[in-house]
Amino acid sequence: MSDAKLSLSKTEGSNVFGRIKDKLFGYNFLLFVTIGLFIIMYIAGLIVYKDKNFGNTQVFLNLIISNAGLIITSVGMTMVLIIGGIDISVGSVIAVTCMMLAAMMEKGHIGAIPAIIIVLLFGILFGALQGWLIAYLKIQPFIVTLAGMFFARGLTAVISLEMITITNKTFLDIAKHKIYLPFGGSLNRRGVMVYPYVYPTVVLALVVLIASFIMLKYTKFGRKIYAVGGSEQSALLMGLNVKRTKFIVYIINGFLATLGGIAFCLNTTGAFVELGKGFEMDAIASTVIGGTPLTGGVGNVFGTFFGVLIKAVIETFVSFQGNLSSWWSKIIIAILLGFFIVLQSLIAMKKEKKR
Amino acid sequence: MVLRRVLFRRGDNMAAGNEILTMRRITKNFLGVRALNNVDFTLRANEIHALMGENGAGKSTLIKVLTGAEEFESGEIRIAGINQPVINHSPQEAQINGISTVYQEVNLCPNLSVAENFFIGRELKKFGVIDWKTMNKKAKKAFDDLSINIDVTLTLDNYSVAIQQMVAIARAVDISSKVLILDEPTSSLDDSEVEKLFSLMRKLRDRGIGIIFVTHFLEQVYAVCDRITVLRNGELVGEYAVENLPRLQLVARMMGKEFDDLAAVKRERSEGAVSDPVTVIEAKGLGCTGKIKSFDLSISKGDVIGLSGLLGSGRSELARAMYGADKADSGELEMNSKKLNIRSPLDAMQAGMAFLPENRKEEGIIADLSVRENIILALQAQRGIFRLISKKDQEEFTDKYIDILKIKTSDRETPVKNLSGGNQQKVILARWLLTNPDFLILDEPTRGIDVGTKTEIQRLVVSLAEQGKAVMFISSEIEEMLRTCSRMVVMRDCSKVGELSGDEITQDNIMKAIAGGGSV
Repeated sequence: MSDAKLSLSKTEGSNVFGRIKDKLFGYNFLLFVTIGLFIIMYIAGLIVYKDKNFGNTQVFLNLIISNAGLIITSVGMTMVLIIGGIDISVGSVIAVTCMMLAAMMEKGHIGAIPAIIIVLLFGILFGALQGWLIAYLKIQPFIVTLAGMFFARGLTAVISLEMITITNKTFLDIAKHKIYLPFGGSLNRRGVMVYPYVYPTVVLALVVLIASFIMLKYTKFGRKIYAVGGSEQSALLMGLNVKRTKFIVYIINGFLATLGGIAFCLNTTGAFVELGKGFEMDAIASTVIGGTPLTGGVGNVFGTFFGVLIKAVIETFVSFQGNLSSWWSKIIIAILLGFFIVLQSLIAMKKEKKR
Repeated sequence: MVLRRVLFRRGDNMAAGNEILTMRRITKNFLGVRALNNVDFTLRANEIHALMGENGAGKSTLIKVLTGAEEFESGEIRIAGINQPVINHSPQEAQINGISTVYQEVNLCPNLSVAENFFIGRELKKFGVIDWKTMNKKAKKAFDDLSINIDVTLTLDNYSVAIQQMVAIARAVDISSKVLILDEPTSSLDDSEVEKLFSLMRKLRDRGIGIIFVTHFLEQVYAVCDRITVLRNGELVGEYAVENLPRLQLVARMMGKEFDDLAAVKRERSEGAVSDPVTVIEAKGLGCTGKIKSFDLSISKGDVIGLSGLLGSGRSELARAMYGADKADSGELEMNSKKLNIRSPLDAMQAGMAFLPENRKEEGIIADLSVRENIILALQAQRGIFRLISKKDQEEFTDKYIDILKIKTSDRETPVKNLSGGNQQKVILARWLLTNPDFLILDEPTRGIDVGTKTEIQRLVVSLAEQGKAVMFISSEIEEMLRTCSRMVVMRDCSKVGELSGDEITQDNIMKAIAGGGSV
């Protein structure tokens, strides 16, 4: 009698349909919604802006080109949100990254490669300091990174109040180096076949994206991030090193913020104090729209990628429209953000109810 | 002397020689109090061993010492297969030594899949990356072996607490499979879930694991355990085979009293009955759509009205309707012959009602506030924030109720979270008694509380009624209601289906009324 098979109710995965439904309407659902939304918006663009060549491959690639820095930064932000933290310093870190690069190359006459290595080291150190305060001294990430935000912005202004234009040849060579795709070309007005191109920053962004995906899904460290974000207490009791995991996530985030800053700088080829203001909020918004709730434990970097693309498509729409103020894109993003937050809490509530 | 005799008898039992855990002469002082005094505990392979005792008996301390959550001063712990005495410094170390604990609150990650929770921290890898396919397959097999039929790829939050607990158990025994400690695992499970948990426990026992089962539920001990160790006041009372210790004896051992003490509650009650009833509160056709159908109920001074019925029969809903926690949409309520119009719980308080909610952790205590602050809360609310109670009065009231209710606390400024469950419940009771209510509603006041404190609260209820208060008492335990109530209201399917009083109140009659069909 004690061997009686434990028969569980049907909600607990006995039928195939129920199982598929459970999977579909879990947190993965958010990812599907994000990708679906992007596809719908893209198709809508194809129809509405048909005469403006919206369907051109280059227009699509431009979405990524102009947002390579944001993609890299948002990937870092995704990890921070998964672990249940937040980082509002990244916009200022990007500014100080650009400013340091520009100052070192233009005023310090340091080569482009050493300058890039130096700022990356700065990013790691900056992330380590913030991470140490958050993980080991248990200070709220909001406050720590608020201080970080002021510090980095202040440092930017101290380095130079004037705008610095980068003229370093190596740097500009990297910035302007077009990598042509072997397909998707179209004939221009003169009848010459033009192939679409990307810049190195796009390659960098995609490498970061894929590497992060593999790390989050297929390494022990990646899974620890989810475990800590899901329940710090449980992770601790299961023998995971919660503090170190948090610490390292903030280091990675610091590194990715400066890497994003470098990509940003390659786009602008100049630095000024106000650069990247509000950028941290764009990164958070893209991450949340990409299906990573602020509550932690859940998230996917590909969702974040599509979150960035959705923001980029909206901005492209607004600019294609011509007569609209660019602030309209903020309003639309706000509405989307609201929609996704409501969706996330509906899913959370549904799970709660089920139990 | 009793102690020595018991030890001697246990010595005979030990002949089998398959002990996997022996704790000897464990002593631990806690803030100057001797929490454990020379306690012995023995666990054998293939047994489910209940650790019983009232709050403060030392159960939790013994478990904490064993799992390394607390240190101990003297004594010796030995684990089979380890040649020297073991001292665990952390739960992780205990786990390495073969001792795992599963608590009432499931310590897993709800956002991860079942398989991942099973493997986390020791993931399987292939070519340097996590091998999800094999992990899912192995987890599936592990759960199948335990007859737990679930989809391991779904996230844990898709499953009930019961299943989550089983996942935690499966993980624990997979990591280290000698000693499994289950600390109050059944508190939030329903009957069928408890049965499933039990069959899992039996299965693990048959595999050679020793299980330590800590619970308040006596029936569950007899349903699943092989052996019982009883502690009282930090000392070992004895170790018994289940078949040699009838339930009454167990209760007596735990309390250090004879069972007649328990039965006396009811006798006290009937002797002190009020002869000339004065109605305190009367509901006429009171109802709340979707929650409770219209009912009439009149409660007099000195009444203890019991509400009985199955879970979901509308017991709590009836109480909530009377208190105004759920707004009634039909009928009326009179208190001391005055019509009441209750719009909020504050109105009900002003009218002289008090309500101890079912869920003391969420609705009752404020864990970080002190005993004094918790006790003073309702009175302050009743008086309004502009008429502050002086510090001196506060202290006086608090000390008075600590004394009357025998609240065990080091002093009145101790945060309530440091008190045991039973004492927290007393603090809430003190809070409401301080407002001097005419009508007191107690919703499951003894749930999760040890037998001794239970009896104290039952006695208190009876004596409150004798002092002229009207009391409504809701409990899932019929025996408890039989002992304390002067009248019994029976609920079924969200409506009041009958009333019993005096000699009619017997288990038989109540069961019949709950089941329906027969005349009440």
